[in-house]
Amino acid sequence: MKILVLAEINDGELAEDQTSKTVSAAAKLGKVEVLCASNQCSDASKKIAKMENVENVLVLEDDLFAQSLAESYSETLMDTIRSYSHVFAPSSSFGKNILPRIAGMLDVMIISDVSKVISEDTFERPVYAGNAIQTVQSIDKVKLISVRTSNFDAVPLTGSANLKKIECNTKNSLTTFIENKIQTNDRPELTSAKVVVSGGRGVGSKENFEIIEGLADKLGAAVGASRAAVDSGFAPNDWQVGQTGKVVAPDLYVAVGISGAIQHLAGMKDSKVIVAINKDEEAPIFQVADFGLVDDLFKVVPEIEKKI
Amino acid sequence: MKILVPVKRVLDYNVKARVKADGSGIDLANVKMSMNPFDEIALEEAIRIKEKGNAEEIIAVSIGVQQNQETLRTALAMGADRAILVVATDDVHNDIEPLTVANILAAIALKEGPSLILCGKQAIDNDFNATAQMLSAKLKWSQATFASEIEVNKDIVRVTREVDGGLQTIDAKVPAVVSVDLRLNEPRYASLPNIMKAKRKPLEEISPADLGVEMTQRLKVIKTKEPDSREAGVILENIDQLVEKIQETVGG
Ligand SMILES: Cc1cc2nc3c(=O)[nH]c(=O)nc-3n(C[C@H](O)[C@H](O)[C@H](O)COP(=O)(O)OP(=O)(O)OC[C@H]3O[C@@H](n4cnc5c(N)ncnc54)[C@H](O)[C@@H]3O)c2cc1C
Repeated sequence: MKILVLAEINDGELAEDQTSKTVSAAAKLGKVEVLCASNQCSDASKKIAKMENVENVLVLEDDLFAQSLAESYSETLMDTIRSYSHVFAPSSSFGKNILPRIAGMLDVMIISDVSKVISEDTFERPVYAGNAIQTVQSIDKVKLISVRTSNFDAVPLTGSANLKKIECNTKNSLTTFIENKIQTNDRPELTSAKVVVSGGRGVGSKENFEIIEGLADKLGAAVGASRAAVDSGFAPNDWQVGQTGKVVAPDLYVAVGISGAIQHLAGMKDSKVIVAINKDEEAPIFQVADFGLVDDLFKVVPEIEKKI
Repeated sequence: MKILVPVKRVLDYNVKARVKADGSGIDLANVKMSMNPFDEIALEEAIRIKEKGNAEEIIAVSIGVQQNQETLRTALAMGADRAILVVATDDVHNDIEPLTVANILAAIALKEGPSLILCGKQAIDNDFNATAQMLSAKLKWSQATFASEIEVNKDIVRVTREVDGGLQTIDAKVPAVVSVDLRLNEPRYASLPNIMKAKRKPLEEISPADLGVEMTQRLKVIKTKEPDSREAGVILENIDQLVEKIQETVGG
């Protein structure tokens, strides 16, 4: 067995939580090597080297990898990847974009969104928006696995892996990066936050969403949203939680003005404690909530913010 | 240009999936099946590109059981010009893996020569999110996933992608495979006259063998089970109780 993890790095910045949890999943099978490919690797590679169970960090510094375009990886790394029995990546937009392309090049299946590593060829993964869990066994020579990071704990930073420089000499002649519109704020990252406060269509407008953000900031929480809230323009797309948005599993998830469609539940039902605020007592969200309050969110949310 | 749009027939998104008692899979007997919502969005986008005069022909392809014909008739009624049905199994419970689907679509693409293949980003049944990426790898074409905006020029498609941090715009060389996300558009409903017209549009039926593609299965599904269920909790009476519960949870 020879295990490789693709570290998620965007423009030199390591997605530390995603990468660490992916290492954690991969390390269920043994020690791992991590590929650190980016335009700037010095910070990221040092952080990765401290992650427990990482033996080597393969450092590939090249402008080609600045924006994590799929072709940059698949056109240049096939020889490296072929020599491993397992390749793991986080099941983020980074991993979901790159890993299946590599699978296509290698003519192997992808095992997406793995929530549990059972053995070197057997894994669990949710299907049907999490309404069922499948156990699958792979017969492929190289197993390509994207990891549902919310199901794994980050690894401790007790390691001291070796850094090994590697090189590549190909180009990506298929796609060209134009621009990023990345929202930045001081809140914790949605997928790793301990507390998430999410708003739905019931919040009613972009302006009203400030009450969700106010409560989130009081709790030191990340802000999430339902698809309806994002589609209506109340919240940006990267706040969406659900089957097609982000999967979160915080200690506390507060759902405000969200009905609880299965596609939304798919992204948050592994949260430790779920609180729902909805004026409709029949809303399906109450079937998964530990604590519910049937009331008008416009009355309740500002008052909670005041009292906490 | 020609646009190819693969459409999958899946359990309707409003129907709750039920795990079969013997753990062998999801029960798909006598349940409502529909076009995968993401594929509907891909098809809608293809139709809009054609309506703007940037494409001449839209070919819808479906791979699976004979009944996928219905899905293709829907695609034709929405606005596809012709359809190809690849009958790859006679059991609706036999989900064809994305790798095989990509092999079949690649063979069709080489025959038909589309400039653009528009796919849904994932099928809402197996949730793999893989076919588009595998297909572009097989064809060695450019790839643009999770599109929320597509602008077609002559040799380039400019795609805005939904990524974890926000939005990323890239230029992909034509021919390209693009996978679409939910916010790209809102698919139209087929009108009654168009449903009637669709019955006369060409629908060709072939098998994977006709394309020289071997059916393989790399992932054996050993077991399908229900997820751990959550018990419904308590409905609180007032805000103070809720504040208390929140504080207990966050340890404040
Ligand atoms: C293929 C596919 C993928 C999808 N993926 C996702 C996904 O990833 N994430 C996602 O969230 N959805 C997803 N959806 C959409 C999903 O099906 C629902 O439409 C969506 O989650 C509904 O959002 P909502 O709960 O905010 O809106 P609604 O269902 O409209 O609910 C609004 C709720 O707010 C309550 N409300 C209104 N006013 C107030 C008030 N003043 N005080 C208190 N409560 C109030 C109402 O009682 C209601 O329960 C997907 C759908 C499809 C087809």
